[in-house]
Amino acid sequence: MSSATRDIKLSARRHPIYGTAIKGPSALGSNPRRLLHLTWTIAIAEFKLAFFGSVLGYLWQLMRPLLLFGVIYLVLSGKLSHKVHLSLNGPHYAPALLLGIVLFTFFTEATGGSVTCLVDRENLIRKVELPRLAVPLASVLTALLNLVLNLVPVLIFMLAEGVTPTIRWLELPLLVAALAAFALGLAMLLSVGYVWFRDVKPIWEVLLQAAFYASGIFFAVTSFGSRTVLGVRINFSHLLLFNPFAAVLQQARHALISPTYPSAMTALGGPLFAVPLGIIAASLGIGYLVFDRQAPYVAEQL
Amino acid sequence: MPSVAPPPIVVDDVTKVFRLPRERISTLKERALHPFKRTGVEKFVALRNVSFAVRPGEFFGIVGRNGSGKSTLLKCIAGIYAVDKGAIYVNGKVSTFIELGVGFNPDLPARDNVVLNGTMLGLSPKEARRRFDRIIDFAELRDFVDLKLKNYSSGMLVRLAFSVMIQVDADILLIDEILAVGDAAFQQKCYEEFERLRRVGTTVLFVTHDMGAVQRFCDRALLLEHGRVVETGEPQQVANRYLELNFSPAARAAEQQSAEAAQDQEEERDVQSTSMEPDREQEAAAPVGETEAQARYGDGKAEIVRVWLEDEEGNELDYIPIGRRCVLAMRVAVREPLIDPLFGVNVHNDRGDHLFSASNLFTSPRLGRFEAGEEVVVRISFPAYLAPDRYHFTPAVAHQGGSWIDRRERMFSLPAAGTARTDGLVDLPYEVVCERLKEREVAR
Repeated sequence: MSSATRDIKLSARRHPIYGTAIKGPSALGSNPRRLLHLTWTIAIAEFKLAFFGSVLGYLWQLMRPLLLFGVIYLVLSGKLSHKVHLSLNGPHYAPALLLGIVLFTFFTEATGGSVTCLVDRENLIRKVELPRLAVPLASVLTALLNLVLNLVPVLIFMLAEGVTPTIRWLELPLLVAALAAFALGLAMLLSVGYVWFRDVKPIWEVLLQAAFYASGIFFAVTSFGSRTVLGVRINFSHLLLFNPFAAVLQQARHALISPTYPSAMTALGGPLFAVPLGIIAASLGIGYLVFDRQAPYVAEQL
Repeated sequence: MPSVAPPPIVVDDVTKVFRLPRERISTLKERALHPFKRTGVEKFVALRNVSFAVRPGEFFGIVGRNGSGKSTLLKCIAGIYAVDKGAIYVNGKVSTFIELGVGFNPDLPARDNVVLNGTMLGLSPKEARRRFDRIIDFAELRDFVDLKLKNYSSGMLVRLAFSVMIQVDADILLIDEILAVGDAAFQQKCYEEFERLRRVGTTVLFVTHDMGAVQRFCDRALLLEHGRVVETGEPQQVANRYLELNFSPAARAAEQQSAEAAQDQEEERDVQSTSMEPDREQEAAAPVGETEAQARYGDGKAEIVRVWLEDEEGNELDYIPIGRRCVLAMRVAVREPLIDPLFGVNVHNDRGDHLFSASNLFTSPRLGRFEAGEEVVVRISFPAYLAPDRYHFTPAVAHQGGSWIDRRERMFSLPAAGTARTDGLVDLPYEVVCERLKEREVAR
């Protein structure tokens, strides 16, 4: 090897006899099928663990969102006292609330669960050739599988409340995909961030807590309107809806529960609709760039 | 070279540097409080300009002491670590076995774990499921299929993991010391599997420090020391070299020095990365350590400083006078207190035949206590009943139990000259007696 070839970028290396040089650890790996297989296998194993862990696995899985739902429903919807009454500005409070809680549970699982995923899977990352992206991807996928199960009681509530099925329900997969994309972008950032900075975990937990109260899960974000703060007129409804989760939830209620809930586009008033979409795209893009950059060194940093 | 199959593995001038921060900032808070704090980074060169190629179907061993870089090399080839310089070419389907049962989850039953582990090793989940029956039968765990893995005994775990491993049909296997686990029966199974792999022509890269396994299985081997390739070649030759390195403190020290010297060069080179011929210097640096390393074992509590030959009057000789009495003398510097050390010498001829040994073990084994800093001259006198040849002396100091304090292989050599009366290996004193028998006795 002459020293001239030495500085050529490794991934571009080709040799007339030896073939192409291996590119080493990376986010995607060299075989997309392997990425899929690994993601799926890890996710399924994780998912099974939740259910094989106990006989009542599925019930336990439902417990968290249902309990939260019970508390909010009883306390905030005016069932106990009319003095406290938070409205969603639309019909079918119970399924609309449960939908918000279930979607937020997914978001929490997908992002919160992936903070530590690279560190938790240290034994895999250091022992086999593993496309690094499989790890956060599997975390999000596991959360997605849980979401599918959690949507069953939402559906039951909807039908029980007399929500009529419409063609608009087909929007759900798209909305879930948008939310999953946002979660994946964050998952990539958080998982790599945690490898370097261990306080990413508590910080993210606090942010999630804040997001729970700011996302219009048990109140209507559309009811805020504009207000002047320090001489600047700010539309708080819009501000809250810039959060992709709030926008997805708004749209989901519009599509699934009742058209009385304004769609995300209407609530944001047209062009501003691009903001939550842009944030999703940015989280995915930036998340991938950062993750891809760090992927080769993850095994050494653990 | 038309239509020649490319080598399964080519490692071309690979260097791998680990950058270890001297003081690690592990929280965002610290980073926020000291945004401009630059912590120093310590560079550890784990692999240094490593090059070799593995031939198709070859069983190739990588040996070296702990920390020599052998596992790092395997991980680079496996695509677990990124290399900093050079390139690795791999042609064929690779499977890596760094640990048995990677991905096993104790809370899941065998079937799920077979799929998990199989996928990690390169099977598709579908293939893994299809081979489940074969795997479970081979592991003889049919009765425990539904048992969670946490309830398996360690022996059962090893069996399951191994059965998955051998179901992974790869062209190239990268195996790291997994034979270290398990009992003798398991190891035997591994060896049988190795034999099978040899027969079917799988290329195997095998990291170990079991020289027995290297000599038994490997077609060729490579010895790493401080991230450098010290030797590539026949397993026997590499194993010998490994043993030398392993048991010689002086060699270790010398190696350390040459490694550090090379590391310094490395760092300089990093600064001025335009240096055109970095390898020349490094190659020049290597042999110094190697000649030192060639010949020394022991714990270094004493050191053989000099060896020479004298005649009975004490005059130094530059040849061995055949048939005359001479004295092999060695000066030994005691570094740490010693009790009843043994001093001795082995004598080999040029062909490597071990002709004789001499030590105080059978003459005066209790020499008492020697203090650190003392110097001793030991004289072993013997009649030089040797054939004309060149003779090599290996002086040694040892503990009573037999472990070496300092043994310097072929430290000293001299030709033997004089009138020889033999063409054998030695020229033992002899007399010839010829007795004529009387006729009567002949007749009987």
